[in-house]
Amino acid sequence: MLWEIEIRPLPSEIDREAARVQGSCQSMRLASITDIRAAKSFLIQGELDQAQIERAAQTFLVDTVVESHAIHPLSKSSTKSADDASLLNVMFKPGVTDNIAYSTQRALVDLGFAVEAVSTCRKYWVNAGASEPDLKLLASKILSNDAIEHVTRGSLAIGNLSIGREYQFQLQKVAIRELSDEQLQQLSKTGQLYLSLTEMQTIQNYFRKLDRDPTDAELETVAQTWSEHCSHKTLGGRVHYVDDTRDIQFQNMLKETIFAATRKLREQAGDQDWCVSVFRDNAGVVEFHEKFHACIKVETHNHPSALEPYGGANTGLGGVIRDPLGTGLGAKPICNTDVFCFAPPDTPFETLPPGVLHPQVVARGVVSGVRDYGNRMGIPTVNGAVYFDERYLGNPLVYCGNVALIPIDMVEKGAKPGDLIVAVGGRTGRDGIHGATFSSAELTHESETLSGGAVQIGNAITEKMVLDVILEARDKGLYTAITDCGAGGFSSAVGEMGAECGAEVWLDQAPLKYTGLSYTEVWISEAQERMVLSVPRQNWPAFQALCAAEGVEASAIGEFKDNHRLLLKYQDQIVGDLAMEFLHDGRPPVIREAVYRAPQVQELKLPARERYDADLEKILGSLNVCSKEWIIRQYDHEVQAGSVVKPLVGASSDGPSDAAVVRPILDSNRGLVIACGMNPHFGDFDPYWMAASAIDEAVRNCVAVGADPRRIAILDNFCWGYTDRPETLGSLVRASLACHDVAIAFGTPFVSGKDSLNNEFSYFDTKGQKQTVAIPASLLITAMGQMEDVNRAVTMDLKAPGNLLYQIGVTKDELGGSHFSLVNKLTGGRVPQVDLPLAVKIFAALHRAINAGMVRSCHDLSEGGLAAAVAEMAFSGEVGAELSLAAVAKVSQLTESAQLLFSESNTRFLVEVVPAKAAQFEALFAGLPLASIGKTVAEQVLKVDSPQGVRVIDSELKNLKACWQKPLNWN
Amino acid sequence: MPTPRVAVLRAPGTNCDHETAHAFELCGAQAERIHLFRLLEQPQRLLDYQILCVPGGFSYGDDIGSGVIFASQLRNRLAGVLGEFLQSDKLCLGICNGFQALLKAGVLPNGQVASLEANQPPASATLTWNHNGKYTARWVHLRTAGSQNVFLRGIESLDLPIAHAEGRIVVRDPSVLSQWKQHGQFALCYSKRGATDADPSSVELSFPENPNGSIANLAGISDPTGRILGLMPHPERFLFRTQHPNWTRMDLPEEGAGLQLFRNAVAYFG
Repeated sequence: MLWEIEIRPLPSEIDREAARVQGSCQSMRLASITDIRAAKSFLIQGELDQAQIERAAQTFLVDTVVESHAIHPLSKSSTKSADDASLLNVMFKPGVTDNIAYSTQRALVDLGFAVEAVSTCRKYWVNAGASEPDLKLLASKILSNDAIEHVTRGSLAIGNLSIGREYQFQLQKVAIRELSDEQLQQLSKTGQLYLSLTEMQTIQNYFRKLDRDPTDAELETVAQTWSEHCSHKTLGGRVHYVDDTRDIQFQNMLKETIFAATRKLREQAGDQDWCVSVFRDNAGVVEFHEKFHACIKVETHNHPSALEPYGGANTGLGGVIRDPLGTGLGAKPICNTDVFCFAPPDTPFETLPPGVLHPQVVARGVVSGVRDYGNRMGIPTVNGAVYFDERYLGNPLVYCGNVALIPIDMVEKGAKPGDLIVAVGGRTGRDGIHGATFSSAELTHESETLSGGAVQIGNAITEKMVLDVILEARDKGLYTAITDCGAGGFSSAVGEMGAECGAEVWLDQAPLKYTGLSYTEVWISEAQERMVLSVPRQNWPAFQALCAAEGVEASAIGEFKDNHRLLLKYQDQIVGDLAMEFLHDGRPPVIREAVYRAPQVQELKLPARERYDADLEKILGSLNVCSKEWIIRQYDHEVQAGSVVKPLVGASSDGPSDAAVVRPILDSNRGLVIACGMNPHFGDFDPYWMAASAIDEAVRNCVAVGADPRRIAILDNFCWGYTDRPETLGSLVRASLACHDVAIAFGTPFVSGKDSLNNEFSYFDTKGQKQTVAIPASLLITAMGQMEDVNRAVTMDLKAPGNLLYQIGVTKDELGGSHFSLVNKLTGGRVPQVDLPLAVKIFAALHRAINAGMVRSCHDLSEGGLAAAVAEMAFSGEVGAELSLAAVAKVSQLTESAQLLFSESNTRFLVEVVPAKAAQFEALFAGLPLASIGKTVAEQVLKVDSPQGVRVIDSELKNLKACWQKPLNWN
Repeated sequence: MPTPRVAVLRAPGTNCDHETAHAFELCGAQAERIHLFRLLEQPQRLLDYQILCVPGGFSYGDDIGSGVIFASQLRNRLAGVLGEFLQSDKLCLGICNGFQALLKAGVLPNGQVASLEANQPPASATLTWNHNGKYTARWVHLRTAGSQNVFLRGIESLDLPIAHAEGRIVVRDPSVLSQWKQHGQFALCYSKRGATDADPSSVELSFPENPNGSIANLAGISDPTGRILGLMPHPERFLFRTQHPNWTRMDLPEEGAGLQLFRNAVAYFG
């Protein structure tokens, strides 16, 4: 019997879902849609009579204080009802994870109801007279995402919810030995392997030598292991780089730039080396506390988020949380950091290329996806940023990061031959097939249909249960190694863990979400929330019992061996047998050309101005600068009770903090400081200085709140365009060179990193011409600093009238790529550079001042320069400020107010100091650029005089704050 | 000093159990994080404890509704032992998701576990979606509203953070409110800072002061005996000075104001 329980809000309640949909109809201008009512329904299949279903509804499924319900039986030939014409039902496609249905089914069974299957459905009744084209758009663009959902009209005509079919084992072989080069390329593409011809030829030769054809599972294993996503072959490959002054042959570009910087810093530190495990495990590990090291990892989930923003971002965060959990013997997550890049949310619908979701739809989906995973996991999201640029259309970026703590004696791990290969957590389904290879390919307007299987939906609670049980098993010493099942699924996890010894896998032993999966699908599925552990046989009963006691599924799916082979079995049939050596060392080296030609510096022509109030308002109201409170307040940033400096600070808790400070150990005052730096606009001028600026920004954000500059670890996340193009790769290499130089100068080791290449979107325009949009060079630098005592932390909001304001650092003629240029549509100018030796001295002096308690507030100068910084400090603290640019002009040897106000030169801060401590403070900066530029006042205004003594800004704080809060104050 | 035993009951998706146990321990209690499934194996173990605390989180993902599935577990196999616990001179605290679970299990407002049988009297109140339709994390100002709840002794007002999507208290009809008022069950109200009105529950407040649109500005309710408290704000997130959003702007005592709730609970057994 199949029942539907339809649940609607009572008339006294707001129909929120209907209101949401109606809002979207308005922004898409679907004029014929004027009225919508919404309901949710549960479809419940089982041996249940009407009375039982009624009891399930009334006592459990319906909140009768605010909801009403109706129950009806469903069948394949359902009767039509009067309002059928206007009813739209949205259901998940078969096999897509439906968390609510899953929980409901388990709970109903637990309560004694004979339930066999549950589905959920969203229902919408649209006003009569809605036009067909509008209904079509409503269904496809607002109500559903074709990648995971389908929409039906009228009463549901379903008789059965069961999915899956019996799987008949059949060994699939791929006749690769006889293929021509052209056929090899064809196979790479149609099989979604995304391997180059040389790589395909290498595989062909390997099997020719073995005198047999590979099975499909073997071919998939090689493709996944060799994918850009898993092996980072471009950046870790041979690169020939040429620019105006250099010609470098890299054998391994990453090793010789970013890793090399860390290696050098560790050598210099000698026995003071505080890096513990870098660039080898799933996350970077550094010393933090006498009992715990800190781990950090930042990943991207761009391609999945482009297709299905909610699920893509959701699993992006879920995935990166599993990285520290799979580091060493497992680390406990303590906070998240998330950075997003979107196209402007006001992009007109009619200009969207085919297959592209609207940026606002993407933004809302991504924000909700991250929210629902992070909040459910109970991990505070403490830091983040959002950048907007038209070139992120069709290719949004979603960076998710996680910080965790690991006991100092649990950093090392190793699977031993004879240990069981144990899969823990979620079941395996058809979701996420080909994620690793797909994420390495360029997106096209066909990606949505071609790669729909690559979309994943997460279940945070499953992951939370896995996390809880793994940390218990870790502390009981029940396993010897652990890694996460990320891109590539079991194939990647087992392949990596067994790389040094060998592994035999029993694919029929993996628990499945539904029947019908082939052995290859089991092997490469990227179903979420799975971890792979190596469990010594004698510990297996205890491990199994522990998992069972917390409702977590654990299955032995194989055994680690000492034969250095990867053997795959399905019901005792061998379906794959590869040498680990071929898998991990057999890939032919990728050789790439990289070239960088510096663009000519164009002079920037300053507009004539008497006043700069309007410029300041425009900058504060620009998308990159404006308040992100709409996002921040949806993220729990206090769970785990470690919050010290929150993302929003100030008198009304609505000012933009430079960095987050977290006190992760409940009985210790040691703090971790999390910040980031990124500026894609600078990359259009010079990727070297873009990278240097990003590092400077991340580090100065940390230092501004009180982090010790000698203990800041940094991470790189490169998101770039199509790196087969020498110019695109050239800009990336140039950025890497800067990473090397700046990390060494600052003493800030890179401890982890990741790249996501080929972020381009192509489509055919209305004239049939192929158009390609490449993202701007997007290097995110994440910084993790440390504080001995969180009580020393400083926030950016002005504290009281009558204090002195100092600018630290030199302002230069560096308006290239600035927000002043952006809002005034100016081109040209010089991009900010970094004076490396001076920066180090400034960071050290400021840290001494903060540690000595001399600094009441401190804000770094970044987007919008001095003017934006002082405005933010003033309206956040609800304390006014009066500045004169004369002293900065002198220190900086500039005279133009526009430059002094808006230049985005690096390594600058604005600080507030009480007059009694001024002399001491100034003494700390002897020999460094420091300008006393004004004072704080009670009046709620910002007044700035030019070096010549003319008033150039005179604005009320209330007004400035309103400009800053308005753009992203979404519902 | 009394050392009552506290059961911090966690279900799949509970995520505030560590800091909540820590709060009780700071006050001298002996707190154990105990998994619901372990308790289901041996329900009588519940009676070993003096305080039952259901902490915050997303039990079972809040699928179906916040706290609903957790509540169904309490109403099903734990109903007997939970009833026995509540009848004795013991304390029960539900924070955020724990409050949602206690309310949906019937433990609040009247200390009686709701049956799962057919034709039961309908629930008198619920916690449902915030008026703004969003999960919202921010600090709020709270005032106690004249109840005799044990946990709130000596507290007049305090700041605490909220972090929830379904924190709006809705009652089936106005008589529910008057009953609560009559029995001293208004425990905590959202309030404007510095407000001096005699009755914080009768003031018109909108967002952000009343962050979710809860009726009568209610942030927490008590049972008639004052031994059970459910509240949406998180007292376990304000144990230290540096957790307050304005700690860099003002002089605050080292100890966070949230600690007093836990201290009161421990002192009850002294």
